[in-house]
Amino acid sequence: MKAGSRLEKVLTAGHFAVCGEMGPPRSADAKAIRDKAQYFRGYVDAVNVTDNQTAVVRVSSIASCLILQEEGVEPVVQMTCRDRNRLAIQSDLLGAAALGLKNVLCLTGDHQSFGDHPTAKNVHDIDSIQLIWGVDQMRKGRFMGGDEIKVPPQFFIGGAANPFGDPFAMRVPRLAKKIKAGCDFIQTQVVFDVPRFARWMELVRERGLHREVYIMAGVLPTRSVRALRYMQQDVAGVSIPDECIQRMEKAADPAEEGVKMAVELIQQLKEIEGVAGVHLMPVMWERIIPRLVEEAGLYPRPVVDDD
Amino acid sequence: MIVAERKPLTEIKGMLQGKQRVLVVGCNTCVTICMAGGRKEVAVLASALRLAGLEHVGEETVERQCDMEFLAPLTKLQGYDCLLSTACGIGVQLLGDLFPGLPVYPALNTKFLGVNEDLGCWSERCQSCGDCILDRTGGICPIARCSKSLLNGPCGGSQNGKCEVNGDVDCAWQLIYDRLEARGELDKLETIFLPKDWSHSRDGGPRRIRREDVAL
Ligand code: SF4
Ligand code: SF4
Repeated sequence: MKAGSRLEKVLTAGHFAVCGEMGPPRSADAKAIRDKAQYFRGYVDAVNVTDNQTAVVRVSSIASCLILQEEGVEPVVQMTCRDRNRLAIQSDLLGAAALGLKNVLCLTGDHQSFGDHPTAKNVHDIDSIQLIWGVDQMRKGRFMGGDEIKVPPQFFIGGAANPFGDPFAMRVPRLAKKIKAGCDFIQTQVVFDVPRFARWMELVRERGLHREVYIMAGVLPTRSVRALRYMQQDVAGVSIPDECIQRMEKAADPAEEGVKMAVELIQQLKEIEGVAGVHLMPVMWERIIPRLVEEAGLYPRPVVDDD
Repeated sequence: MIVAERKPLTEIKGMLQGKQRVLVVGCNTCVTICMAGGRKEVAVLASALRLAGLEHVGEETVERQCDMEFLAPLTKLQGYDCLLSTACGIGVQLLGDLFPGLPVYPALNTKFLGVNEDLGCWSERCQSCGDCILDRTGGICPIARCSKSLLNGPCGGSQNGKCEVNGDVDCAWQLIYDRLEARGELDKLETIFLPKDWSHSRDGGPRRIRREDVAL
């Protein structure tokens, strides 16, 4: 056991894990975080809290994670390299560990030009793979600079993978590097294009990487054909087949269709060898989580010790 | 070369407010090649300023504004309220050292170290990080050419060879991949690049090189 988080226990026990994701509010509104927690409690094993996602300022991931933890939901801290240099990252991570947070997902971060402060400087002192390496160093008792850490922070370390980004041939070597750097679990970009995801998983299995890291596939339940079209046209690194859009267009009840599509997708993903769980990203539709998890046959969540 | 671009005329006129006698100083090197501040551009800018009503606008273009040797003769010129440099920021600063009592204004925005890609098109190649890594990245610089300066491969937004930040920009990591493939060096992609030592870059403070072998 690396950190002994609930997520780690569920995965190491061989259960099919379920994560959620939450974007914190754009104001000092703790209640908004507590309100969202209710949709996740008991239905997922852990919830990621984004770190200024799409480069828009929000309540910090660590602060929001603490609130989720108080609400009985296990959080995953997201940490990007866009806004902090190696000093700030390590100090925040020590703080997170001191507050009892145990999961951290290491990311590059969306470019600031997409957000609400496009005139900001970005940092990128280190990249996501160097961050994974650094957090692994820290849990082994060393700062990135080499000094000893008397009470090392224990984290279950995650990273992202995008099977839909280019160059496709680099996607698996990059995953291998993350594993070599110390990554314990992976959450993928949202899957709509199952054939391409399956092809990527095949390459992952060829190298035996699915046995070295827990891979959770990204699922984005949506009830909006507009959102799908937007992702298809304007979000780099997401692949949405036309069939998905047509299906949603034809639906008499888009919300019902959205649930059906997500449930079918989860079932398909579950069948792919090496997929250890799903990561649900219900952008602005958190309240669908309980129903989705139940209909996908993933409820109740497994009981692990200390729960 | 150093690539620069002229500031809008209104901004330049704003700097010169209240000045009547201006010496415009061009440079024959990089900014001539990138057509921003050579003899020709100095002439164009000077006529625009005359049209705007300035009493006297002088024109001088030196071989290299970043070299005191070429600047020194300018001290002979008298009777100016200020200087307007059409060199890169280095030239502006050196002129300022030569004329400590006169304002020296920048007429250009110094953009980057780059190449002329095509007629009328320049692009960045190097950020002078002080510790070159091109041997490890197929001769393509991810520090200057990846929007996030990633050293271990592409972010999730690389698509069809383009960068997520701007569809006009090539993804540096796609270029690196293609180049390493052409060189038969794809195995380089498997090595983890540990956090870079940025102390050789601007982050270490203003940089200076001293070489005993060429010092007098
Ligand atoms: S690695 Fe550094 S020195 Fe080399 S091209 Fe890039 S920025 Fe310039
Ligand atoms: S798309 Fe390519 S160039 Fe743009 S930030 Fe990502 S890796 Fe860098």
